[in-house]
Amino acid sequence: MSTNEFYSLKVNGVDHHVSDAWIGESLLYVLRERLGLPGSKGACEQGECGSCTVFIDGAAVCSCLVMAASAVESEIATVEGLNADGTLTDVQEAFVTEGAVQCGFCTPGLVMAVHHLLDENDSPSELEVKEALSGNICRCTGYGRIFAAVDKVVAVRRGALS
Amino acid sequence: MSSVKTKRDVLGTSSLRPDGGAKVKGDFAFTSDLHAENMLWGATLRSPHPHARIVSIDTTAAWKIAGVECIVTADDVPGQLTYGLISSDQPVFAKDVVRYMGEPIAAVAADHPETCRRALAAITVVYEVLPVLFDPELAIGDDFEPIHPDGNLIRQQRIVHGDTSVVGDVIVEGHYVIGMQDQAFLGTESALALPDADGQGVEVFVATQWLHEDQKQMAACLNLPTERVRLVLGGVGGAFGAREDISLQVHTALLALRTSRPVKMQYGREESFFGHVHRHPATVWMRHHATNEGKIVKIEARFVFDGGAYASTSAAVLINGVTHTQGPYKCPVAVVDGYAVRTNNPPCGAMRGFGVVQACFAHEGQMDKLAAAVGTDPVSIRLMNAMETGDLLITGQPVESVAPVARLIRETNEIPLPPDLAIDANELDLPGGSGITAERKHIRRGIGWGVSIKNIMYSEGFDDYSTARCTLSDGKVVLKFATSEVGQGFVTLAPQIARSVLGVTDAVCDTIDTQIGSAGSTSASRQTWMSGGAVDGACRLVRERLFELVGAQQNIEPIRFAIEDDEIVDTAGTFRMSVIEASQGITISETFEHHHRKTEELDENGQGNCHVAFAFVAHRAVVDVDPELGLVKVVQIATAQDVGQVLNPLSVLGQIEGGIAQGLGLAVMEEIIVQEGRVRNPSFTDYLLPTALDAPVVVARMIEEYEPQAPLGAKGVGEPPCISVTPAIVAAIRDAIGKDIDRCPVRPQDICL
Ligand code: FES
Ligand code: FES
Repeated sequence: MSTNEFYSLKVNGVDHHVSDAWIGESLLYVLRERLGLPGSKGACEQGECGSCTVFIDGAAVCSCLVMAASAVESEIATVEGLNADGTLTDVQEAFVTEGAVQCGFCTPGLVMAVHHLLDENDSPSELEVKEALSGNICRCTGYGRIFAAVDKVVAVRRGALS
Repeated sequence: MSSVKTKRDVLGTSSLRPDGGAKVKGDFAFTSDLHAENMLWGATLRSPHPHARIVSIDTTAAWKIAGVECIVTADDVPGQLTYGLISSDQPVFAKDVVRYMGEPIAAVAADHPETCRRALAAITVVYEVLPVLFDPELAIGDDFEPIHPDGNLIRQQRIVHGDTSVVGDVIVEGHYVIGMQDQAFLGTESALALPDADGQGVEVFVATQWLHEDQKQMAACLNLPTERVRLVLGGVGGAFGAREDISLQVHTALLALRTSRPVKMQYGREESFFGHVHRHPATVWMRHHATNEGKIVKIEARFVFDGGAYASTSAAVLINGVTHTQGPYKCPVAVVDGYAVRTNNPPCGAMRGFGVVQACFAHEGQMDKLAAAVGTDPVSIRLMNAMETGDLLITGQPVESVAPVARLIRETNEIPLPPDLAIDANELDLPGGSGITAERKHIRRGIGWGVSIKNIMYSEGFDDYSTARCTLSDGKVVLKFATSEVGQGFVTLAPQIARSVLGVTDAVCDTIDTQIGSAGSTSASRQTWMSGGAVDGACRLVRERLFELVGAQQNIEPIRFAIEDDEIVDTAGTFRMSVIEASQGITISETFEHHHRKTEELDENGQGNCHVAFAFVAHRAVVDVDPELGLVKVVQIATAQDVGQVLNPLSVLGQIEGGIAQGLGLAVMEEIIVQEGRVRNPSFTDYLLPTALDAPVVVARMIEEYEPQAPLGAKGVGEPPCISVTPAIVAAIRDAIGKDIDRCPVRPQDICL
């Protein structure tokens, strides 16, 4: 099933060599099982839950739906890349302090989705937040504390700017 | 969690999760993230038929596939061929007959998940399809051949209480249907098994709710001494009841033992739908008799819980259902018949609410019918009948728990209603959201109520104790227990307890595994009470010894000491010393088992003190409905919950909001569709879960009344939020459209046809 071919993926700014891989493997599988980056989670593997959210060339995508080999030319960013300096991002910090984390399985995907949302829109309305996060299922929290975390980040960023 | 302050986070504060930092960074190791050197992947072959005889299994072709290391079937199970939580009736692998769609038949271990998939496809099983028992009513009598040696009736329970000849001035009756809900935890089943070098034991990392129960069942099937099956809790991505039963534990361990290599198994989402038990679909008939004013004088009821092919916890779910028939209301007389039956439908067992969800959906529908019949409103009828501490249940058991039912209803009622839907409301705020074209002018608003009672801890004489060890050394505390952390936050609470009791700052949890006594299951809203009680007890024993040591040094009677903030103080003198200083250079370690008070089995009339304690909650739902398209938007849930003492407000709020979302799911969207034993929607595309856009505004009040029976004064808070919110939402839909709806989830056709 494996091929003799290999390819390279650029993940969080680092080139990773993928060899001996079966060509049908999803980006999620390759990240998790071949590159040692298990931060992205798989809860449905059909694009419904968002727990596998990564950025490909700045776009938030479900890595379970992307063939890894098709992402060779792209810049891939995963949750592991958010903490290059070892500290939590404001979004991560807010998830912890506002109680947005229970089991945590949805969390890496949601953290990525919230970063993406707030990068594009620094003061989203309540509905814009809900819409932006509606592709990320959380089964534990009922979303209330996740919205609170988003509000907190918006408020802190606004305070930091003004 | 470097930047987050956890200092002196004692009981009552919103102490933050110790695993929060790792979880937001993607660093937290869920079981599915684990790897081992030289690891193989395991996979399971499952039956495509709900009921069939297995004529033959041919694995020859699968063995020939490069990379396949092992194939096991029922013939390879070294020990007991079956397992089960209450009765051992479920085969590790089906041997002669399959009894539900998705039943395991064989398992393979190979070098890659794709090799596994091909190997499974290469196994040839010849089936002789048998008639499918899919109607639970047919399972009650002798109308259908037994589909299992244990018969088609799993359990029957009758409750007869009081003077049953009583007839009410007013009688209301209803038939209610509750659909099959899935727990749908996000982290699917996963385990990593590492065989011991001598082949006589195995270590298994697993996502489970109850390590010791898994260990016991696994050891029996693997024919190993219990201590040679060592379980470690791998990171758990939610549970909600679905991890109480064995799923892949025995299969993974067996493959590892056979190959002498580490084996990892992980279900995909579709397999997960077949790999764990679900919430029992049920039909409930109830007839309420009341006075002309609306006071309940008698309830008659009949419950049928469809347990599916294997017993799992059906017998206990049934007892929970029938014993909660009256809901949180006074009821002097009752006649109840309940059945848990075996069919060729998917096996059902534990899910948050455990039998009470089904009872509550029916009794709350009845309360609204009763209100209408006597010409009062949903709030008044509930207040008029509200249960109080000291009232008798229909089992004859007195309710000794704090029971602030009337207060819950009043406080919920005080929460302001949401504003009307704006004339120019955004389409995302309309029922159906952006995808569907509800029109503002068609939308009707409705308000509905639900109130519930839920037992906490295990019942019927079962001693579900919990064990914990506290070790104090140099001002630091390490807590050891086997309590499954599934997301609920026991790892946050346990150090809070230690900080409060011992005055320390630095308290951490050790690895959660079977190297200590059982903690019982993370279910039945019981861990705060049971494992909280165990941690509290262990910390108190350590505190006693510390006081003795310091007392001997200082020549002060230990009885005079108390902990004040982070110091030991002499309450009758001036001596003070910090706990850190007092515990320098010494190690004190104590283990404590917490047992709840004894309960009884029910007699043949369903009488007996079978439950330990109770918690209560009220919900009011506001919904917008498009009656033509059959679409619903849940606008607001107001709730007041009886929580006892609040130990961590943020955690309690998380349980309340999360439970409400699951109850909302059962009310309007979540149902496993089963047709003649076949599951039709085993995916997140077809089984719909509440998303951020479905989340209502939740306005919650925690009603704090110290529970004297509970070790920390706190009641479990996990289950109540999801129980009465479902009938509240369905009542609100009825209110909006003026139509009787007797089932959940409510489907578009229930509204508009
Ligand atoms: S795993 Fe990719 S969307 Fe669910
Ligand atoms: S925290 Fe468990 S799924 Fe979101």
